[in-house]
Amino acid sequence: MHSKSITELAHSLRAGEVTSVELTQAFLNRIKQHQDLNAFITVTEEQALQQAQAADVRLANGTAELLTGIPIAQKDIFCTLGVKTSCGSKMLDNFIAPYNATVVEKLNNAGAVSLGKLNMDEFAMGSSNETSYYGAVKNPWDKTKVPGGSSGGSAAAVAARLAVCATGTDTGGSIRQPAALCGITGLKPTYGRVSRYGMIAYASSLDQGGPMTHSAEDAAIMLQAMAGFDAKDSTSVDVPVPDYSAGLNAPLTGLTIGLPKEFFGEGLDPAIAATLELAIAEYRKLGATVKDISMPNLKLAIPAYYVIAPAECSANLSRFDGVRYGYRCANPVDLTDLYTRSRGEGFGKEVKRRILMGTYALSAGYYDAYYIKAQKVRRLITQDFKNALAEVDVIMGPVTPSTAFGIGEKMANPIEMYLSDIYTIAINLAGVPALSIPVGYAADMPVGLQIIGNYFAEAQLLNIAHQYQQLTAHHQHTPHGFA
Amino acid sequence: MEWETVIGLEIHTQLATQSKIFSGAATAYGAEPNTQACAVDLGLPGVLPVLNQEAVRMAVIFGMAIEAHIAPYSVFARKNYFYPDLPKGYQISQMDLPIVGKGHLDIDVDGVSKRIGVTRAHLEEDAGKSLHENFHGLSGIDLNRAGTPLLEIVSEPDMRSAKEAVAYMRKLHELVRYLGICDGNMQEGSFRCDANVSVRPKGQVAFGTRAEIKNINSFKFVEKAINHEIERQIELIESGGKVVQETRLYDSVKDETRSMRSKEEANDYRYFPDPDLLPVIISDEFKAHIKAELPELPDAKKQRFKDSFKLDDESAGILTSSRQLADYFEAVLAASGSEPRLCANWITGELSAALNKAGLEITDSPIDAQRLAGLLVRISDNTISGKIGKQVFEALWQSTASADDIIAEQGLKQITDTGAIEAIIDKIIADNLGQVEQYRSGKDKVFGFFVGQVMKEMQGKANPAEVNKMLKEKLQG
Repeated sequence: MHSKSITELAHSLRAGEVTSVELTQAFLNRIKQHQDLNAFITVTEEQALQQAQAADVRLANGTAELLTGIPIAQKDIFCTLGVKTSCGSKMLDNFIAPYNATVVEKLNNAGAVSLGKLNMDEFAMGSSNETSYYGAVKNPWDKTKVPGGSSGGSAAAVAARLAVCATGTDTGGSIRQPAALCGITGLKPTYGRVSRYGMIAYASSLDQGGPMTHSAEDAAIMLQAMAGFDAKDSTSVDVPVPDYSAGLNAPLTGLTIGLPKEFFGEGLDPAIAATLELAIAEYRKLGATVKDISMPNLKLAIPAYYVIAPAECSANLSRFDGVRYGYRCANPVDLTDLYTRSRGEGFGKEVKRRILMGTYALSAGYYDAYYIKAQKVRRLITQDFKNALAEVDVIMGPVTPSTAFGIGEKMANPIEMYLSDIYTIAINLAGVPALSIPVGYAADMPVGLQIIGNYFAEAQLLNIAHQYQQLTAHHQHTPHGFA
Repeated sequence: MEWETVIGLEIHTQLATQSKIFSGAATAYGAEPNTQACAVDLGLPGVLPVLNQEAVRMAVIFGMAIEAHIAPYSVFARKNYFYPDLPKGYQISQMDLPIVGKGHLDIDVDGVSKRIGVTRAHLEEDAGKSLHENFHGLSGIDLNRAGTPLLEIVSEPDMRSAKEAVAYMRKLHELVRYLGICDGNMQEGSFRCDANVSVRPKGQVAFGTRAEIKNINSFKFVEKAINHEIERQIELIESGGKVVQETRLYDSVKDETRSMRSKEEANDYRYFPDPDLLPVIISDEFKAHIKAELPELPDAKKQRFKDSFKLDDESAGILTSSRQLADYFEAVLAASGSEPRLCANWITGELSAALNKAGLEITDSPIDAQRLAGLLVRISDNTISGKIGKQVFEALWQSTASADDIIAEQGLKQITDTGAIEAIIDKIIADNLGQVEQYRSGKDKVFGFFVGQVMKEMQGKANPAEVNKMLKEKLQG
């Protein structure tokens, strides 16, 4: 049961082969069995079983939707009413959210069963899930390796079949990179497609929630439930949500794929390059034509990102001050002491590093040189994508420069860690959608292919991914020991 | 040395919206602490601001009223600082691209008109309040006020005296209430002022170093605080010292300003555009729509009162000092059909005095425009004299009866029956032959005595013109 797709499970639930309660219990058992992965921060067993019961009622009375009764899990960045929402931080270890994020509300309304809250890098700042206050998550493909981050718990849980699918968020690659490193499908939608209300902000102009699933077909179902305009999020966009599943089987004849030379140069593991070439060959077989393109400003993405994201985060994280909720230091002697110790003790090293970088970049005398300059670069990068997507339908490239690295390997070297997002960050700066699908292995570890589309072209990306997944079986592979 | 003062004001007006600028919580004043603060106002993790369009509308109305440039594209920015009553650790404000640009306001000081430039006006959210009493060594935070919409109106350094500053502040206070965008309640902090004050030797072009005086919450205190600050700065410079750029707090009890923080201690607010909010786009259509809805402004109304109703400057000024008072005047005028100056005199005289005494606003007047008009009709048509009118006014104030009912009930109708008046005059002349003698020998002043006696005898109800005419004839013999 745990290896089935959403559509298959929906069939089984309707055919009476299994109830949602049974399915939920089976996944809860798997979560317990594989606790060593450290994928969950909180397991909401009681609530999950209640939701499953309610789902069974809906299944029986004919009001069920596709996701009704399907066990999923939420990244711990989404506020969940009455449930601890830690964002991977000691700062919020005691925070019980008093409201549901819009995404949570929508998935609840669809009848999905939430198994719990997934581990993540602290405040989504990290590429390996090692900055979590709750400890590193292990990659199910090799437990000595990282699952990627920041949605590392989501990727590991889906890969290990501890949940059918999961929510993730992506600010600079936090859905796509862990999806690639764990061999699953992950979609970062267009900025503004999915509401950010109730999703704890890291870098507001870049953050975007999205689905993490086995297949493009599942991602289409999940995105259908998550997407849509939300009056509570001024940056969500009021454009109609198409039927993401309707066009999955459209043929790809005539599709033009652009391959930016900047994506395939120095720094890319040759084994990954070779795997990607095979995947692109499949697309040729499907009728697509391939074109070499150039996006000259891509190389500026990392420095621009590491000004903009920290600048925004330095303000976004100011509310964690020990005054109203969250961690408060013991026996503060005065206000300054309350602030400095609460924040000093409540935040981890990487979070503090980014707050400091951002504060510096926004400071009087530096603002023009850093923040304003980075915004200019952001516009150049956006223009690169617009130009490229005027020339080709989609852009393809690697998700990561290497496969999953060892736990502890890059923690001492933040720059090297930052470089692991070199192929994903530019997409967030431009705001376009992109997804990662598993396309093979390099030294037995999964390799992801990134497919980047135009604004609001999620349906097209899912169609392109689905067509590949009809020809191949990488997305159905289960890591050893999790079958 | 002769000194010149330079003053610029920053005025925070609380916009009279029903809900907060970025959340749906109510803005009403005086509720139990933290009962009007929702998840957004509390700055909970994950919440997002949504701009209240009504606040935008009000800002544009203001901008149009001061003939300012309305920015077609304005941007909210985060102003970063830590304070317990600032839940997000930043205030959402506007920095580089405010919604209202350069405009102006004309003030009148000692009969001289002066144009004061308005540099800009921007939208922002208010912070909460820290409460330091009754918390046993801790501080309490009340976030009811957090997120209340403010329009910060920044003037050019165009004022040259505390008097001018007060005139500007009053003019602005009058205007925002006219526009219905602020209740103007200074006790509740709906209209607050910071003053930037500097002095320079007369004739010098460059500005002196300025001090900013924070949070002065009454017209009286503005004048006192500025005058005090001018004196302090002049004394300081004349005794060889130097004014330092700093923020000072006015202590109304001690009537002095004291240093709060120097420029060096000032925060670096690290402003940057708020990524949670879209830029505010104001279209020409929207502006045209607002313009069409703009009420008649105080200056225009005053001029119209002078031109159309031949009112003097002072009366026109008083009557147009609030939209409600002006409306009341026009309602009385329309209902009574009386001479405008008669209406003006009764409103600025009797009625205003009575309202002041009772501490009431015109909107709470026990005598509505219809009832006052009823009184003025009877004065105009000589049913009663002006003097009896005051008696009727008293009765109107105390009851809900109409002027006509009161006149009938109390028998106040003026006597114009010449026979009745003649009989009384004859009696008074017969009783006061000594005074008649005096009058006839040229002591004109005695005439007033006779008028008084006749009116007294007739309980004030005689038509004064008739009495005068007949008395004159009789006395001349």
